[in-house]
Amino acid sequence: MATYVPAAREEEQAMLEACGLHQLDDLYGDVPASVRLTTPLNLPEGMAEMSVRREMERLAGQNTVFPHVFRGAGAYRHMIPAIVETAAGHEAFRTAYTPYQAEISQGVLQSIFEFQTDICELTGMEAANASVYDGACAAAEACEMCRERKRSRILVSESVDPKVLSVIRTYAFGRDVQVDLVPLSGGVTDPEALSALVTEDVSCLVVQQPNFFGCLEDLDKLTAQAHAGGAKMIVHFNPIALALLKTPGECGADIAVGEGQPLGIPLSWGGPYLGFMATTAKLMRRLPGRIVGETADEQGRRAFVLTLQAREQHIRREKASSNICSNEALCALRAAAYLAAMGPKGLREVAVQCASKAHYLQKALEEAGLPPVFPEREFFHEFVTHCPDAGRLLSALRREGILGGLPLSGNRMLWCATEMNTREEMDRAAAIVREVTKQ
Amino acid sequence: MTFPKNLMYTKTHEWVLLNDDGTALVGITDYAQDQLGDLVFVNLPEPGDTVTAGESFADVESVKAVSDVLSPVTGEVAEINEVLADEPQRMNQEPYESWFIKVREITDRAELMDADAYQAFVATC
Amino acid sequence: MKLIFEQGHPGRGTDYLGPCDVPMVSIHGALREKPLRLPEVSEIEVDRHYSQLARRTHGVNDGFYPLGSCTMKYNPAINEYAASLPGFTQVHPLQEADTAQGCREVCERLKAMLCEITGMDAMTLQPAAGAHGEFTGLLLIKAYHRAMGHTGRTKILVPDSAHGTNPASASMAGFEVVSIASDENGFVDLGALKAAAKEDVAGLMLTNPNTVGLFDPQILEITRIVHEAGGLNYYDGANLNAVMGVARPGDMGFDVVHLNLHKTFSTPHGGGGPGSGPNGCKQFLAPFLPGQDTPESIGNVRSFGGNFLVAVRALTYLMTIGREGVPQAAKHAVLNANYMRVKLSDLFPMAYDRICMHEFVMSLEKLKEETGVSALDVAKAMLDHGIHPPTMYFPLIVHEALMVEPTETETRETLDEAVRVLREIWEKAQQDPSSMHHLPETTPVCRPDEVAAARNPRIRYDFEAMGR
Repeated sequence: MATYVPAAREEEQAMLEACGLHQLDDLYGDVPASVRLTTPLNLPEGMAEMSVRREMERLAGQNTVFPHVFRGAGAYRHMIPAIVETAAGHEAFRTAYTPYQAEISQGVLQSIFEFQTDICELTGMEAANASVYDGACAAAEACEMCRERKRSRILVSESVDPKVLSVIRTYAFGRDVQVDLVPLSGGVTDPEALSALVTEDVSCLVVQQPNFFGCLEDLDKLTAQAHAGGAKMIVHFNPIALALLKTPGECGADIAVGEGQPLGIPLSWGGPYLGFMATTAKLMRRLPGRIVGETADEQGRRAFVLTLQAREQHIRREKASSNICSNEALCALRAAAYLAAMGPKGLREVAVQCASKAHYLQKALEEAGLPPVFPEREFFHEFVTHCPDAGRLLSALRREGILGGLPLSGNRMLWCATEMNTREEMDRAAAIVREVTKQ
Repeated sequence: MTFPKNLMYTKTHEWVLLNDDGTALVGITDYAQDQLGDLVFVNLPEPGDTVTAGESFADVESVKAVSDVLSPVTGEVAEINEVLADEPQRMNQEPYESWFIKVREITDRAELMDADAYQAFVATC
Repeated sequence: MKLIFEQGHPGRGTDYLGPCDVPMVSIHGALREKPLRLPEVSEIEVDRHYSQLARRTHGVNDGFYPLGSCTMKYNPAINEYAASLPGFTQVHPLQEADTAQGCREVCERLKAMLCEITGMDAMTLQPAAGAHGEFTGLLLIKAYHRAMGHTGRTKILVPDSAHGTNPASASMAGFEVVSIASDENGFVDLGALKAAAKEDVAGLMLTNPNTVGLFDPQILEITRIVHEAGGLNYYDGANLNAVMGVARPGDMGFDVVHLNLHKTFSTPHGGGGPGSGPNGCKQFLAPFLPGQDTPESIGNVRSFGGNFLVAVRALTYLMTIGREGVPQAAKHAVLNANYMRVKLSDLFPMAYDRICMHEFVMSLEKLKEETGVSALDVAKAMLDHGIHPPTMYFPLIVHEALMVEPTETETRETLDEAVRVLREIWEKAQQDPSSMHHLPETTPVCRPDEVAAARNPRIRYDFEAMGR
């Protein structure tokens, strides 16, 4: 077995003696005998690194890594420039604690400050935090930011990702807050149904852009309706799409949140990912979590610190609006490195290629026999088709190394294309679809 | 440390100026700001809210702490001092000019001291 | 140092994609009008920028990190290797189950091991951090009482020595927080607990060893009092490193626990995350766990199954150190803490002077009274010696507190050196106290003006003001 305890036997004895003790068990005099373990834990024996490595490689080998992926639904395969790994891979970033000691944490603090700036730029908002656990948690925390004494009910569009909705509901269960759904019309939030629902007890409306079905929502209109009813507007945005689409800030939204995974973070079977949150100057102090601010040191040098800390749990305790402390700092640093590498032109190119390829794929699938469910809607990089026999289709695709779309209820399938998908593989996928639908 | 004679004080270090028109201004004392250190923000109620004598109606933040501010009177918030949002340092620099809220329709008061009694009280703190 | 936004040149950048191989489409809907002001830099500028940021960051790899309540142990290199395998990093979370058997096995194995270590029956890996686990665990308690028809159980008891996350989590879960006093030894005041344990109590949250680094010897009495009042016992696993393999929360009367994989199980802290905060519970609470399709489940506390790559690292660690290594790590964490405590206690009064667990709390109240040198000053002085300071001003029940947690992975020489540094700082505080209020002086910046930062928040780069 390997050990990370450096003390050799005689050192251990010497240290025990320095403490006036004879054996290690003497350290546990406060632990009642009746709760002390008398037999070793039922765990496997420790292993040397060579064996551990072999075993972890074996486990990794039991997963299928699809060379061709047409599935998104909240987790997206994008091109990650090699420099992102290099930039984020520095040992100090990985092993540092939260930057409470500003003097020796300027690197992490500045990376967060740059990330906050990136998120403000992407969303068109005025203030961003250092991240939360993921996009769904960001949406749930945003709802809490909007809660007021007389307004607590949350409205969520039915076109919001069901996973995000589920997390909003779980957080709402904690606060004993009601969550109601806004129905859809033709794949997007129904503005008429909405106007009837925004009553004076509603704190906020949550919509997603592009929505779960890939369709583009009319954010201007929905924001106006939410505001007309006195509710705040929360937009859950895909960050790649923000390079192209009208931003939450430009639409007048109060809070912009989203899943930052597309910004240089690998799929990793669901995590770690990155929740981002941005808001207006007016709501800045309601943001949960850590925020980095710029100031100067005693010699007038630029310095960064964790700031506005009196909002947070370690000071405000039960009166804090959130309990979050650890966030996803290293993922935020990766995202900032990704955005620095890509630049405005590069990110726009990613967005344009995503949209172009998704439109190519949609057409190819339609010609192959899978008509779109919402042909009248504009979409970004995801879309829904009819799909009578999803199981058979997915199996056929899988044999060719292709991960097909995500089956939805009602014989439908949610497809995604990104810049990673080549014309050739889309043609091949369409050919397989044609084969299967013909049968 | 100053103790203006025209004000009344609480044991929790708030001051109140009782106006002739039945309204009152409320803030924190010189002693309070000195104890709390550099103040960076104040969370105020909204006009129209009700405040209750002896209960928290606001909190003040320093870098590493947050402290409740208790209301010396019961009534309705008529006005809040918006200046403090942009210039929180005023609470330290001129505590008796930096009123937090103006209260109207006052129906009750906490136990209040005059300036001499408060000064004597502070000496025991 | 320059921000990335202050480097580069308009139009500069690297083309990572190459030409699009399908016809370009344009979106006709509402488009962004404001220009997107991201950095426009070459790749070498990105590379050097992050190298420079890394040099201005202190990690466990850089030096001793005795940060109390954070368990800054060594993060083994093999963990990182395992977590970087493409067979883990390139798996889509919504792949069909039979194409992700390896991921599932990682999680199942880890959960089984964590159940064994904690004495729990079921485990979820969904929570993304310790505080997230607390919230999840409290929702389990809430859902359980609801399902049992226990209306009116609205209160959670929290010792006054607790981490701020405990009361904040209880509030998020809709509970009212009742603070329980500590006695003169830093333990739960049983009288206060008995008085508070009434029919409106939903549960107790407890860290044991507690936040002053002591194992509460009354633990069975404490959990019994809460159970008899009809409440459940929640174990905050922040300090499990001291007792893993020695004693189990499940045997102490706890019903639900959270663990911090980024503390106890050697996964890195990442400058503030990602962490992972699994919840374990006894069988009667298992149906309420998140991320499963039971009718009782509280739902999901995040998307997908959790911070999977953190789980990979924790499993790698546990496979490496194994059955013998788990208690060995705990015992040496405790030994190292006591070794330092004994070598410091003549100069630095201990808040509770007895054998401690994995960490100890010093009170610098006397030093401050005599010399004006505060816990903050001492902490900042350590920075000039390349040592990350202990946790300052926590727990709140100790004045001028410094909380030291050396962890088991540090060598005796490192501990001796830290002791020497602290003693030297103490001497300096006697001789030249006024010089200590402006330390450190060798770090990239000295003490920043936090008051100015909070009064006038500048939390993003101001392009306009900088003429960009």
